Amino acid sequence: MRQFFTFVRKECYHVLRDRRTLLILFGMPLAQILIFGFALTNEVKNARIVVVDHAKDNASQRIIAQIAASNYFELGEDVMDRDRMEMAFREGTVKLAVVFPANFHNDLVHQNHAQIQVIADASDPNYATTLTNYVSSIIRDYQTELSENAALPYRITPQIRMLYNPQLKGAPNFVPGVMALVLMLVSVMMTAIAIVREKETGTMEVLLVSPFRPVWVILSKAVPYLFLSLINVLSIVLMSVFVLRLPVAGSWLLLFAESTLFIITCLTLGIFISIKTKTQQVAMLVSLMGMMLPTVMFSGFMFPIENMPVPLQVISNIVPAKWFYIIVKSIMIKGMGFAEIWKETLVLCGITLFFFIVSLKSFKIRLE
Amino acid sequence: MTRKDSVIKTEKLTKRFGDFIATDEITFEVLKGEIFGFLGANGAGKTTAMRMLCGLSTPSSGKATVAGFDVYRQTEQIKQHIGYMSQKFSLYEDLTVLENIRFFGGIYGLDNRQLKSKSEELVQRLGLQSETKKLVGELPLGWKQKLAFSVSVLHEPKIVFLDEPTGGVDPVTRRQFWALIYEAASRGITLFVTTHYMDEAEYCDRISIMVDGRIEALGTPQELKIKLNESTMDGVFYQLARGAKRSD
Repeated sequence: MRQFFTFVRKECYHVLRDRRTLLILFGMPLAQILIFGFALTNEVKNARIVVVDHAKDNASQRIIAQIAASNYFELGEDVMDRDRMEMAFREGTVKLAVVFPANFHNDLVHQNHAQIQVIADASDPNYATTLTNYVSSIIRDYQTELSENAALPYRITPQIRMLYNPQLKGAPNFVPGVMALVLMLVSVMMTAIAIVREKETGTMEVLLVSPFRPVWVILSKAVPYLFLSLINVLSIVLMSVFVLRLPVAGSWLLLFAESTLFIITCLTLGIFISIKTKTQQVAMLVSLMGMMLPTVMFSGFMFPIENMPVPLQVISNIVPAKWFYIIVKSIMIKGMGFAEIWKETLVLCGITLFFFIVSLKSFKIRLE
Repeated sequence: MTRKDSVIKTEKLTKRFGDFIATDEITFEVLKGEIFGFLGANGAGKTTAMRMLCGLSTPSSGKATVAGFDVYRQTEQIKQHIGYMSQKFSLYEDLTVLENIRFFGGIYGLDNRQLKSKSEELVQRLGLQSETKKLVGELPLGWKQKLAFSVSVLHEPKIVFLDEPTGGVDPVTRRQFWALIYEAASRGITLFVTTHYMDEAEYCDRISIMVDGRIEALGTPQELKIKLNESTMDGVFYQLARGAKRSD
């Protein structure tokens, strides 16, 4: 055990001395959260929208004026017919359309209730949600203003239609995706490289000749990365809570327990790669091509798995990140407990066990 | 010499990889405190033999004991009693001198008190007092090699295996390096050295020369020169290795 700690301490020196690795380790999750969180989504300014005004009455003009006044939107030609609107959506020149029915003001005054249709291009679900929220709040403001002096409250119901992606799949769920991606990168690639580096420099031979057991050599190399990855999980979750305002709906404990499991899965994968490869470059390439790419493509984070052809859907099942993505989404966003995710957990355990046994076997063979 | 004094003893030790016979029934004995030169052209089977003796590879057939332990069943005990230094520089460049010493001492199970006294002694012997906090990567190659050797004998092993320890080192440093080897031998440590430098072969007490997996010659440098009627070790080696069918 003493030897083990000596070894772990030495691994920590390696990690701490290597500025570039440190930068990747801690800079990457930060950068990814910020890029995915802000650069790619969220804050909306000057979104191009159009208005199809069939009513052209007092009330519709008031609302249009308020929309035009807001700096979230940039109002296109304000008179348009439906066909031209649909064209504009297809061409992608507008992101949102507000359609007032004929008799808008009439309905409002006589029935105290009117409808507005809000149509959004939901191919970018985050953007679409934000836009429709802004429009809805403008409409609500007008409704409150109108109701102030009235005996009966006026109700304006915005009917929201999300074009192209009605269920808003792949919405701000990018946090679980980033988590899977970062953990894959840190745990798989860094571990693989760290072990292969010892092979390259010749220190592995010295370690194997020492009485320190080979299995412990591998395990003690994995330990620092387990902790680093946990720190990464923590920083990603904290950022999503405090910077992106995406709270953790479920249990933090469960989230960290599942993350630990996934990290261990990744570490065994990293170890597996390190046993099969001889140089750092190869280890890196294999980790990138064999792990990162499938993670991005098959975890459901970037591309919905449901939309894939059946063979690809089948393949996606062997990608560990897919299961972790489902688990994290269930815990963080849907607030589910262990009862709902035990199957996914079991799959991850199975994958981990499989690679652990295979690694152990091939490690012994390599020694011969 | 009596049997008691032999620290490595092999009998028809053989390693096969499929049809390929890497080491072919080698039989030799290395005595306590001896500097044993293990020579051979590239691909002659030196590394394979060495790996079997270090407990890294199981022999296909034959017998061997290292430090009194069997290479088939007692590899863990063997590892406890040997040191190893390879041709590739084998310390961590991104660790300081002291950290390297403490790490390698640590994995051989030295406790803190031993580590402290051993590392002080080692640093003193090498004259590295002012460099202990320096990263090993910043040291000149010669010093690194000397440090690597000293680290490999830190736990007072019975035998140290040196796999081409002076590759790429200048002649002056090689001299100093051999001074360290002699000193270790005087303390009763047995040294098992592979080398391609024939002047180094002359420094050894006894040498063996491997050709195509077999030991073709074994004895003191002087004996070999007389036996093969050559005036230099270069000549001895050339005469034996000329007939080799294998190379890298």
